[in-house]
Amino acid sequence: MFDYQFFIEVLVGGLLSGVMYSLVAIGFVLIYKTSGVLNFAQGAMLLFAALTFVSLVERGVPFPLALLATLAVMVLLGITIERVILRPLVNQPPITLFMATLGLSYVIEGAAQLLWGAQVHGLDLGINDTPFNVAGVFISQFDLFAAAVAGAMVALFALFFRYTRTGLAFRAVADDQFAALAVGLRLPRVWAAVWTAAGIVAVVAGLLWGARLGVQFSLSLVVLKALPVLVLGGFDSIAGAIVGGLLIGAIEKLAEVYVGPFFGGGIEAWAAYVVALGFLLVRPSGLFGQKLVERA
Amino acid sequence: MSTPSLSINANWLTRSRVGVAVLLVIAYGVIPFTGSEYLLDAILTPFLALALAAVGLNVLTGYAGQVSLGSAAFLAVGAYAAYNFNLRIPELPFLVSLVLAGIVAAAVGLVFGLPSLRLRGFYLAVSTLAAQFFVQWALTKFGWFSNDNPSGVIDAPTLTIGGVQISGAARRYVFSVTIVLIATFLTVRLLAAQSGRNFIAVRDHEIAAKVIGVPLLRTKLLAFGVSSFLIGVAGVLWAFAYLRTVEPAGFNLDRSFQILFIIIIGGLASIRGSFLGAAFIVVFPLLLSRVGAALLGNVFDSGVLEMSQRIVIGGLIVGLLIAEPRGLIALVDRLSARILPKLRRPAPQPISPQNYHSQKGVI
Repeated sequence: MFDYQFFIEVLVGGLLSGVMYSLVAIGFVLIYKTSGVLNFAQGAMLLFAALTFVSLVERGVPFPLALLATLAVMVLLGITIERVILRPLVNQPPITLFMATLGLSYVIEGAAQLLWGAQVHGLDLGINDTPFNVAGVFISQFDLFAAAVAGAMVALFALFFRYTRTGLAFRAVADDQFAALAVGLRLPRVWAAVWTAAGIVAVVAGLLWGARLGVQFSLSLVVLKALPVLVLGGFDSIAGAIVGGLLIGAIEKLAEVYVGPFFGGGIEAWAAYVVALGFLLVRPSGLFGQKLVERA
Repeated sequence: MSTPSLSINANWLTRSRVGVAVLLVIAYGVIPFTGSEYLLDAILTPFLALALAAVGLNVLTGYAGQVSLGSAAFLAVGAYAAYNFNLRIPELPFLVSLVLAGIVAAAVGLVFGLPSLRLRGFYLAVSTLAAQFFVQWALTKFGWFSNDNPSGVIDAPTLTIGGVQISGAARRYVFSVTIVLIATFLTVRLLAAQSGRNFIAVRDHEIAAKVIGVPLLRTKLLAFGVSSFLIGVAGVLWAFAYLRTVEPAGFNLDRSFQILFIIIIGGLASIRGSFLGAAFIVVFPLLLSRVGAALLGNVFDSGVLEMSQRIVIGGLIVGLLIAEPRGLIALVDRLSARILPKLRRPAPQPISPQNYHSQKGVI
């Protein structure tokens, strides 16, 4: 007989871990929307943020101060990236920019670990991780907290895009770079702001992922979890990143539990990619993608 | 084409042919006899395997313009296929196994290349990651591929070709160099022919290529097939001539990136660039560890080495993409044109419709 309670438990677990993927994916979407760059270094930025924060806390810096310092560092990093890498590469084909961010991710990963050491750091955000029972289904408290943070962040971004001048500028640049330039928006500034925003997303995602997995090198690999999410949701939609994350999270866990045994398990590593690919062949711009991005 | 400063002014004695001849003499006449075991085993053999893999990826990415992040998967397919052909059909000559392994890799490449018919750019790059994860998983999961080794490790047997045992550093080197030279020669011929022009046409403007009658489907699949074939053969060299004990984890995403970095550093759409880039990637860590140890002493341990290596390679990628997107080979060409003004090749013609493709596709 089909065990519905178990099914729901797996589903909820999947959805909640999907939220964590969405957190990473949002950083990608922000940058892709406004500058057309697929930022492979998002994972490295996340690692860098988490490592900086943990190392500061371990050196006795109080929690809020460490958070502020990390945010400041990420803002600086965002501005530097725009200055040093994006500006000289303006008007290059998107794939060149992608490869540049690949190189950038190597630089950031190396620098982060050279600065702070390569050992694994524990990170305790002070959130209880005991699962609690809702109608017979166990839900992790930490996952709920992460979901709440992701929700809050999306709401904040929505408000920011809707009601601030900078948000308006973001939307204008995302809509049409040339038109934005023509009405006098300073693209380099907008890009610096966007990379800063992505850096802030990286701090949030880095702390949550770091608390979950421990702060270590493999943290930068969550970028690989976010890519199928982006393909599914569309590279340029924040809503897509959320829905895609939830879908991928759920599919991954369900596939592992119900399909995995037929293949001897461990299919989590590629199930998401296969689903995303199959979906792409039917709908090349993703669930919420705005246009047919580079379709042949 | 003839160079006035040479006394023998025959048409066939071009600079590049002289260069090839000198290279052949060094590769076969000098290195096997004078090279130390360390040079042959730890530098030249991995260099050759990586260079061939880079030539393969360059066909796909540099010439045909399809970015792949799954090269290591095809290395692995080649290595494991050759191992299985060798193990299960012992009467098969190894050279046949080698070619068959390349064909298996090409077949896998075609399967993962199919999405390229509908996807471009990032989407395709992401979809090639699927190949990367799937192949690594399959090789670890199914014991059959590694003859039921619990962790998927294979031990390559000593090869025998035409009654000659390929044992010892010098013989393994000569074996590798021969395979790489033949494969490279055939690739150069292919790229100089119609199919090579088709690759470039598809890369530069897919719709225009379609309009002038380039068969998109066939061209893209050919690029994927040839590329994975070459990478598969490189995988055989990697497993049988270089490491001799390989595990699926050795063909991870970092290896794929390494091969991509080789062609970016060496030069996209340049065969010579692939070799230059591979040489750089192999020699650079060794140099860095020597220099680092000399300058910093004990502080420069393996962890610091790995991290600083990452920083320099990453920085170099970004720097090259900004300053010289044609890679190190363009710098070398410019430098040699300055140093050897008498032997300089004819000055590049201004790009006209007649020679546009030959300019961009220069090998």
